[in-house]
Amino acid sequence: MKITYIAADGTETEVNAREGDSVMQAAIANDIDGIIGECGGSMMCATCHCYVDDAWVEKTGPQHDGESDMLDCAASEVKPTSRLSCQIKLTEELDGLVVHLPEAQI
Amino acid sequence: MDRILIVGAGQGGFQAAASLRQEGFAGEIVLFGEEPGLPYQRPPLSKAYMADGDADRLLLKPASFYERSTITYRPEVRIGAIDRAAREVVTAAGERLGYDHLILATGARNFRPPIPGQEADGVLELRTLADAVRIRARLAETRHAIVIGGGFIGLEFAAMARAAGVGVTVLEAAPRLMGRALSPAMSEFFLAAHREMGTEVLLGAAARRIEAEGGKVSGVDTADVRVVPGDLVLIATGIRPNVELAEAAGLHVDNGIVVDESLLTSDPAISALGDAASFPLPEGGRARLESVQAAVDHARHIAKRLLRGESAPYAAVPWFWSDQGKLKLQIAGLGTAADESQDVPQPEGAKMVLLYRQGRLIAAETVNAPGQHMAARRLIGAPRSALEAAGYDLKAALRQGAA
Ligand SMILES: Cc1cc2nc3c(=O)[nH]c(=O)nc-3n(C[C@H](O)[C@H](O)[C@H](O)COP(=O)(O)OP(=O)(O)OC[C@H]3O[C@@H](n4cnc5c(N)ncnc54)[C@H](O)[C@@H]3O)c2cc1C
Ligand code: FES
Repeated sequence: MKITYIAADGTETEVNAREGDSVMQAAIANDIDGIIGECGGSMMCATCHCYVDDAWVEKTGPQHDGESDMLDCAASEVKPTSRLSCQIKLTEELDGLVVHLPEAQI
Repeated sequence: MDRILIVGAGQGGFQAAASLRQEGFAGEIVLFGEEPGLPYQRPPLSKAYMADGDADRLLLKPASFYERSTITYRPEVRIGAIDRAAREVVTAAGERLGYDHLILATGARNFRPPIPGQEADGVLELRTLADAVRIRARLAETRHAIVIGGGFIGLEFAAMARAAGVGVTVLEAAPRLMGRALSPAMSEFFLAAHREMGTEVLLGAAARRIEAEGGKVSGVDTADVRVVPGDLVLIATGIRPNVELAEAAGLHVDNGIVVDESLLTSDPAISALGDAASFPLPEGGRARLESVQAAVDHARHIAKRLLRGESAPYAAVPWFWSDQGKLKLQIAGLGTAADESQDVPQPEGAKMVLLYRQGRLIAAETVNAPGQHMAARRLIGAPRSALEAAGYDLKAALRQGAA
């Protein structure tokens, strides 16, 4: 399945991702720079912050418990579409997903 | 500065290499690691990896990262000596390479207490991916696992083994679980939780001998309880920092490689970080932390000092987590020097213990309360009175400006 990461400067990178991985894991596996994922997906670091593209907000669903608390500590502006990418698991439904990356993660 | 060498390619060594490039270092970076494969994260080894066995997910970065960042990664190369006079490292095979700055990120290894019988088949430990592969393979045919040591890693493993339907006994010599790092109230909470998961937890139970039948482990004889039968033994009795390389080179070593507030060793051309380093705390005293946070923040601090000449002392707030079954323990700050602890009532399923020293918050231990944890990271050092004014709701205290 495909995911597109759009960096803060507008650069788009489309990658092949594995179903079952998180959006953070797919970014690491594909060497995307704008996501760090320091805690490996344990909801401890907020260095995997992303903005879900408006067209995909419904499909990715609401934030998980505790996600907004973590996002309070994110390095870049938090918007209504903000998510921790480690908490978005890739299902078939999300094939084609587009996420935007923040200016900074630390 | 033309060449920076990093010894040890774990969490901290990898981060040092990545941060040096991020900070704009244009010279050569060589990252030496004794283990095979690309640098990976250890925390999932006792958590998700036990369940999914997916080693790809452990990698800190794919191979392409090292190429495009021009970081020379040398796996399966052990550094055997440092020649400080010549400013060179010497590999175990005798190859020499010069450095302008050297970063020691040698981590730690498991401590094996002198319990007889450890050579039996089925006696395992968990530090590396290779260890985790062995444990996973073995777990599939295990009926009852015995964990020696009720610390974080032993208990995370116990919870994963229970989830896989394996019987588990945890032997802890001390009177409570995770006693080195947690408050008594939190130890108590986890004791009940593990027993509820169906794990047998024996406190004050020191392992005396590992018993075997036909070369295979068959149980553990405890000094004052009984022989616990089992077909897998995990030794999880803590770690020891890898200091021998530094020590042989004449660097100051005392429960870790001793560094100053800028994370320099007693040789200004050598820094040290992570599990291997003993660093001064801003509030006084020293610590050697075994956490992702310390390894990563140390590495970033060293990169900033080398590239930007930043001289501010290292002062990052420590944080740590441990996932045990459905329980997510989070710790902000360092509670070991506490003179007071407070169990703050929480909603069902959550738990919070605040630790103070001389009336100021020094640490917060929380379970399933991420909002409180995140607030605590910013409230370390706040007076208790400010927290009291907010009813000990740390998020509210933060909003009220307690930090
Ligand atoms: C099973 C497990 C679970 C964990 N869970 C958590 C957790 O939930 N949260 C958390 O914060 N922390 C956790 N940790 C701790 C965390 O992984 C460590 O604190 C962190 O990896 C330390 O990083 P480091 O770079 O100092 O050392 P390491 O990651 O240990 O890396 C050191 C590397 O240096 C290599 N090396 C040593 N000497 C030499 C030499 N002479 N030449 C070449 N290479 C050498 C070693 O082989 C090793 O690969 C866990 C650790 C384990 C083992
Ligand atoms: S990877 Fe740390 S919070 Fe997502």
